[in-house]
Amino acid sequence: MSEAANPVPVTVLTGYLGSGKTTLLNRILSEDHGKRYAVIVNEFGEIGIDNDLIVESDEEIYEMNNGCVCCTVRGDLVRVVQGLMRRPGRFDAILVETTGLADPAPVAQTFFMDDDVRAKTRLDAVVALVDAKHLPLRLKDSREAEDQIAFADVVLLNKTDLVSPEELAEVEHLVRAINPSARIHRTQRSAIALEQVLDRGAFDLQRALDNDPHFLEHDHPDHECGPHCDHDHDHHHHDHGHEHHDHAHDHDHHHHDHGAVSAIHDLTVKSVSLRAGEMNPQRFFPWIEKITQTQGPDILRLKGIVAFAGDEERYVVQGVHMIVEGDHQRPWKDGEKRESRMVFIGRNLDPELLERTFKACEA
Amino acid sequence: MPTVAPLDLDGHCVAAAFLSGVPHFAMADGLVHRLDNGHKTVEAHDGLLCATLDGAANRLLTGGEDGKVCAVTADGAAVTLAEAPRKWINAIAAGPNGAVAFAEGRNAHVVLPDGKAKVLAHPRSVEGLAFAPKGLRLAAARYNGATLHFPATDGKPVELEWAGAHIDVSFSPGGEFLVTTMQENALHGWKLADGKHMRMTGYPAKVKSWSWSAKGKWLATSGAPAAIVWPFQGKDGPMGKAPLELGTRGDSMVTCIACHPAEDLVAIGYADGMILAVRFADGREAVLRRGGKAAITSMGWDRDGIRVAFGSQAGDCGVIDIRA
Repeated sequence: MSEAANPVPVTVLTGYLGSGKTTLLNRILSEDHGKRYAVIVNEFGEIGIDNDLIVESDEEIYEMNNGCVCCTVRGDLVRVVQGLMRRPGRFDAILVETTGLADPAPVAQTFFMDDDVRAKTRLDAVVALVDAKHLPLRLKDSREAEDQIAFADVVLLNKTDLVSPEELAEVEHLVRAINPSARIHRTQRSAIALEQVLDRGAFDLQRALDNDPHFLEHDHPDHECGPHCDHDHDHHHHDHGHEHHDHAHDHDHHHHDHGAVSAIHDLTVKSVSLRAGEMNPQRFFPWIEKITQTQGPDILRLKGIVAFAGDEERYVVQGVHMIVEGDHQRPWKDGEKRESRMVFIGRNLDPELLERTFKACEA
Repeated sequence: MPTVAPLDLDGHCVAAAFLSGVPHFAMADGLVHRLDNGHKTVEAHDGLLCATLDGAANRLLTGGEDGKVCAVTADGAAVTLAEAPRKWINAIAAGPNGAVAFAEGRNAHVVLPDGKAKVLAHPRSVEGLAFAPKGLRLAAARYNGATLHFPATDGKPVELEWAGAHIDVSFSPGGEFLVTTMQENALHGWKLADGKHMRMTGYPAKVKSWSWSAKGKWLATSGAPAAIVWPFQGKDGPMGKAPLELGTRGDSMVTCIACHPAEDLVAIGYADGMILAVRFADGREAVLRRGGKAAITSMGWDRDGIRVAFGSQAGDCGVIDIRA
């Protein structure tokens, strides 16, 4: 597939109604950053800026006629992006704002599955806004809220001024439980340095893992979180749910956790982190193909770094449902441990099976 | 040897066509250029999305990002026919006796020959539109099939179902068949008399350009390294028959197709800007243009079948005279 020399980056904004998407959008459009954006929205709504290129588009989920239920694209995006790209000089990047209930998968898949769109643009990152106050409630009644977090490369935990520090820690823990590899930022009124949201290169195999030097190392005994790790460090919180029976001994300080206990139990998405040694490519590729073919509908995102035996370069993979792509990233550094790490985020994942079959691909 | 008179313009050429023997080039920026004793332009839109030749009325119909639907006439005027404020006009079609149809979002709009306007709402986006050659019958391509309307009457629309996203639609010149292009690399067709399905698959890329041959015997399409030409002579269309493959090249894809107005001959445009003319009967090829800056996006023959106006993705347009 021939790719344009300078594909236009596309950022996808997801989040429930009231999570602060429009506020963030208005911030991006009004801040003085010298960039011009084309914005694709479902409704013009409250976007107060009219000197930018804003296109209203009816969300159209098109299932591909290939027998695969998870192979969906946003038909309207195919059309609008093609139209925009016929006059590319007008903007530097594209923002796609989805509806509150949107499933982010078809949006992301559009940028991989449609040849014309793929040739001219590149998906930069999926950004999810989360209302810190209402997230536990949302997770109870909607699968979409979970999907949006599971899919995100960046999560803005917004409206933090409306919750107590304890509530905030619990909500952050919930987000982390759904998606261990997303970057989380705590914000009020969607205030965020725009470089944390835009031009992230999260789907760029060359860049994504360089931005995250400690990819999947957080649960590793050797890893010490440094100032550059923006992952959840509140390790003590996640045990509370299982300390119910301790109440008799410990009256004072677990009351605030009751909500979180049920919220965690409401989660249907989970992540499975895998770790193994050097791999045999003759085993690994059939394995990843089989997993994504058979469990594609349940796999929301997957990412990994693979060490192949006898290969001097790191191999990186990522996927959305059944779409998987991989490439050599860079040579292994001296002293860098040659091991393979993967994370699957999805539903109905069998950690034991994944781990066993992943290990079986070792060289 | 054919001669090429180049015309270098800016940006993507949406449509190249002749009006009263004058070549017109409708560009994505909204300007329509013409070579009428010199280079002249008229601004039809702020952003032009779709355009189609209305041969009978001798005008070019255009739709834009500005929500306008315009008619560009041979005297260089651009007249606004309809407006849908803040909407993108995604598809446009010319009908008999000056009827016009256009689509924005989930609505198809029809302006009837008597000037009456009608809105046809659909549950999903209207991706493509086409009028039947006779009678006021309009087809809309949509998700999971096509809908046939009878906009002059209040008759119930006919739904033609086939799973998948249908992007563009066309009637055969005799009116017996309806064919759609799909989001997948395939065409789908229906024999209208009995609703029988026709699947036309095997393309390596999406079909984005197509053209019926002079008497409607063939449908020539892009989407492969050759023009794929389906036989429509029989009463069941191309079913059970292999298509012709014309102008096969190993190194470039066909991006644009225009059948000659009288002969069984097709102009084929490629991703590298080359244009060939190929005869159906024996597959004989003649080079009309060696290549250019970018993929050919539109071509149109003049009425006599002597000149071809062409445009590309990068704006290198021109007119080929095949006699010289």
